[in-house]
Amino acid sequence: MIHALALILACQLAGEILARLVALPVPGPVIGMALLFVLMLASPRIAQSTLPTGEAILRHLSLLFVPAGVGVVGHLGLLASHGTGLALALVVSTVLALAAGAGAFMLVAQLTGSTAQQEGPHDG
Amino acid sequence: MGDWVEIWSYLAETPLIWLSATLAAYIIGDWCATRAGRAPLVNPVLVAVVLLAAVLWLTGTSYADYFEGAQFVHFLLGPATVALAVPLWLHRATVRRALLPVLAALVAGSGVAVFSVLWIAQAYGLPSDLLATLAPKSTTAPVALGISESLGGSPTLTAVLVILTGMIGAIVVTPLMNALRIRDWRARGFAVGVAAHGIGTARAFQVNPQAGAFAGIGMALNAMLTALLAPWALGLFL
Repeated sequence: MIHALALILACQLAGEILARLVALPVPGPVIGMALLFVLMLASPRIAQSTLPTGEAILRHLSLLFVPAGVGVVGHLGLLASHGTGLALALVVSTVLALAAGAGAFMLVAQLTGSTAQQEGPHDG
Repeated sequence: MGDWVEIWSYLAETPLIWLSATLAAYIIGDWCATRAGRAPLVNPVLVAVVLLAAVLWLTGTSYADYFEGAQFVHFLLGPATVALAVPLWLHRATVRRALLPVLAALVAGSGVAVFSVLWIAQAYGLPSDLLATLAPKSTTAPVALGISESLGGSPTLTAVLVILTGMIGAIVVTPLMNALRIRDWRARGFAVGVAAHGIGTARAFQVNPQAGAFAGIGMALNAMLTALLAPWALGLFL
């Protein structure tokens, strides 16, 4: 547990340093995610020991954005004046992205013959 | 009654009270969501945010004072982003088997999510400083906050927009996919993970386990792609 936590923090730290050294537009933790993924691929021992801690952190992922969410109290005026535009942008964009993602998946799956072999048993 | 005033003024200066309040509000939100049968409209984060906002307003506490305590929870967003490597590693064989459809859906879903929201926002005449705040709206919250901050947007507003996007995705995905006659659980799950991050992923797991696994992969991959895509896309609109 403590080793896995130290490894996750070390990946984040390395990501933050890299992001600043190379002036990447990608947030440090995202680079840290890529680093941890490469480490897990490289060593099954690292992967197995990181697994429980990583899953424990992700189980309560939504709790972690409560503090930032409460920051909405500072934007109530903005939400009131641009509410319609924001709602329209979010709804239309989300519907389009869903259709584009699923459509592209189906198209390429048919072209490459990657069929949904496991569809039946999980259905329902 | 003097004692209570003294206790309050002591507590108001320590991080303990707002840290406890954050966890308590989330537990209440989670309880409400369970009671509502995990309906997408009753989101535990949204319930917690509304409760805490009401408490701050009633007690006359500023957001800065609240954040003194809540920052300990907020800090964990970074390690949680790094931990997204775990579902990616768990499903690496599944990804490899469906690599080409996954990559096509990732590029299409992520690209449409970023470009369409910027295009609609600009066409509707929203102020340009809102564009950076909106661009990462389909990405999982920890990454979206980081992107928004690095683009000069408002991370706190992004957090709320990300939650709303997740709720919208979770509500529309099943009727939309049925209307489009897309029955492949991999395609349905992956698309909702890319477009509606963790809230969409939770919804996908409720509907079908294979859809849930693909949604988790979509969320993790989209976190990386949006981080690369959003700065470039925003540059085209500003």
